[in-house]
Amino acid sequence: MSPFRRPRPAPDQVTGPVGATGGAQAPDAPMIHARGLVKRFGDFTAVNGIDVDVARGESFGFLGPNGAGKSSTMRMIGCVSQPTGGVLRILGMDPRRQGTGIRARLGVCPQQDSLDPELSVKENLVSYARFFGIPRRVAKAKADELLEFVQLTERADSKVEPLSGGMKRRLTIARALVNDPDIVLLDEPTTGLDPQARHLVWERLFRLKQQGVTLVLTTHYMDEAEQLCDRLVVMDGGKIVAEDSPRALIERYSTREVVELRFGAASLEDMAGKLAGLGERIEVLPDRILLYAFDGDEAAEAVTGRGLTPSGTLVRRSTLEDVFLHLTGRTLVD
Amino acid sequence: MAAVLSVLETDLMAYRRTWRASVLSSFVLPTLFVLGFGLSVGSFVDRGGQLGPVHYLDFIVPGMLASTALQVAFGESSFPVFSKFEWIRTYHAMVATPLRVVDILGGDLLFLLLRLLTTTVVFLAVTSAFHAVHSWWAIAVLPVAGLLGIAVAAPIFAFAARVDQDGYFPMLMRFVVIPMSLFAGVFFPIDRLPEVLRWLAYISPLWHAVVLCRAATLPGFGVSVLTAVGHLAYLAAWAGAGFWLALRAFRRRLVI
Repeated sequence: MSPFRRPRPAPDQVTGPVGATGGAQAPDAPMIHARGLVKRFGDFTAVNGIDVDVARGESFGFLGPNGAGKSSTMRMIGCVSQPTGGVLRILGMDPRRQGTGIRARLGVCPQQDSLDPELSVKENLVSYARFFGIPRRVAKAKADELLEFVQLTERADSKVEPLSGGMKRRLTIARALVNDPDIVLLDEPTTGLDPQARHLVWERLFRLKQQGVTLVLTTHYMDEAEQLCDRLVVMDGGKIVAEDSPRALIERYSTREVVELRFGAASLEDMAGKLAGLGERIEVLPDRILLYAFDGDEAAEAVTGRGLTPSGTLVRRSTLEDVFLHLTGRTLVD
Repeated sequence: MAAVLSVLETDLMAYRRTWRASVLSSFVLPTLFVLGFGLSVGSFVDRGGQLGPVHYLDFIVPGMLASTALQVAFGESSFPVFSKFEWIRTYHAMVATPLRVVDILGGDLLFLLLRLLTTTVVFLAVTSAFHAVHSWWAIAVLPVAGLLGIAVAAPIFAFAARVDQDGYFPMLMRFVVIPMSLFAGVFFPIDRLPEVLRWLAYISPLWHAVVLCRAATLPGFGVSVLTAVGHLAYLAAWAGAGFWLALRAFRRRLVI
C-alpha cells in the first residue's frame, strides 16, 4: 500500500492564497530554481551566490563540511529564512511573497528532532496534519497509513520519549509526509543513527524516491549521498565547488580505483618519493598513502615491481569520499 | 482563523493528559486562600475594624482572583514557551508548515485565555460557596481576568523568546511577579503604601485588574464607568504592546 496518491489532490490551504502560479506550473519546470542565491547574517556570508535547479522526481543532495552553507540553503528553500539576494523560485513561487503557499506543499525533516513529547506518536502526526488544514478524520487515516509506512504502527499510542533515535527519525519523516508534499527536505536524515537504523531510513527514503517524490537532502555521509542522490552539489565556504551525479563526480575528480598502501614504521614521505610516477595522483595521509589509478591491481603490482614491500595493500573502488576530500580539503572544519 | 485554531487544538491535545491535576489545583488553591487568609487572618483584621463593615475575606477574594490569573499567565508563558524554542523545539516544527508566526502566537494565547477563564470560573464557584461573592456583577471578572492574563503573558512570551537560559524565570518570579502580588492592592488597600510604592502599583497591570474585580464582587467598592474604561484601556495597552513585542521576538527567533 502506498501512502502516496498521485496525482496528488490540491492541498487544503490554511491561510493565504496558494498562488495560481504554483498550480499552473509547466510539468518540466524545475521544482527548485536558484540563481545567484545569497544569504548573509550581518558581515558573515553563509551562502555566496549559488545556482541550483532541481527537477521533478529527482533526488538532489547538498554535500559539504560544517559551515559550508548547506543548512542556510535548506532553510531558504523551506521558506523559514529570507534570501538576502538572488533569485529563488520553489514550485514556481516566490518565497518572499508566497511562503505560506510554498510551505503547504513541502515536507520538512529537520536535523534536530522537534517531536512533541506531550503527544503520543499518532497524535504527533494528527496535530501536524491539522496545521496544513487537513480535516481531522482524513488526518487520522493518513496518520495510520504513514505509521504503517515507517513501521511504527505498534507504537501508535506510545509516548515519543521512549522511542529509539531511529524510530524518532522515522516518525519525523512520517510527519514530513502528512500533506503529500511535492518536495521533501531532509537535513542530515541519518546523522547520529546506528547502522541498522540508518539502513532502515535509507530504505524508506528509497521507496519514496521510487514513488516519484522529489527529495532534497543534506548530508556529510558519502555513502548516504551515493545511495540516495541522483545528482548532488558539493558546497564549500558558501559556494558550489562541484555538481553532477555521484558516478560522474568520481570519474571527474578521482580515478576509478584507489590503492591504499601502509608501510609500517617507515617514513611515508620517503616512500611517496619512491612511488613517484605511479598512478595518476598520490596523496600522503598520516597513516597511509593513497595511490589513485584506473586499474588498482596493476598499480599495486607496479609498487612491488619497484622492490617496495608495503605492510598492507588494499585495492578499492573510488568513492564519493575521495572526491569530497579532494574538493574540500582534509583540514578539520569545526 | 483555522490556522490559529489548529495551534489551539494541539495545546488542548496535550492538555488532555494533565487537565485533571490542573483543574484539581484550581479548586484547591482558592479553598486554601479562603481558609488560610480569608478566615484565619481575616478574623484578626475584622477584629481590628480596619476595613469598617467589610469582611476581610470579601475584600481579598477579588484580589486573589486577579492574582491567580497572574500566576496562571506566568505559568503558561515562561517555561512552556522557552521549552518550545529550546528543548522540545515545537515552534521550529510549526513554522515549517503553512502556519505563520502570528498564527502560532495567537493559538498559544488563545489556549492561555481558555485556561484563565476555566480557572476563574472555578475560583468564583468555590468562593461563592463561602459566601464571599456579593453581586451578579461578579461575572464581569471573567473578561477582566482574561485581559489581565494576556496583558501579563504577552510580554513574558516576548521575554521567553529572547532569553538563552531558563534561569531568568525564577528571577522574574521573585523580583516582578511576587512583589506585584504583594503591593498591588490584593491584601490591603494601596492607600496604606508610601507614595513611591503606590506608583509601582499604578504601573503594574495587576492593580488595575484588582480594582475592577473588587468593583464587580463587592458593593461599596464600585467604580464609575469612565474609571472602569480607563483601567480596561490600560490593561489592553499592556496586552497590545506585549503582543507586538512577542511577535517581533518570535519572528527574530524563528524566521531568520
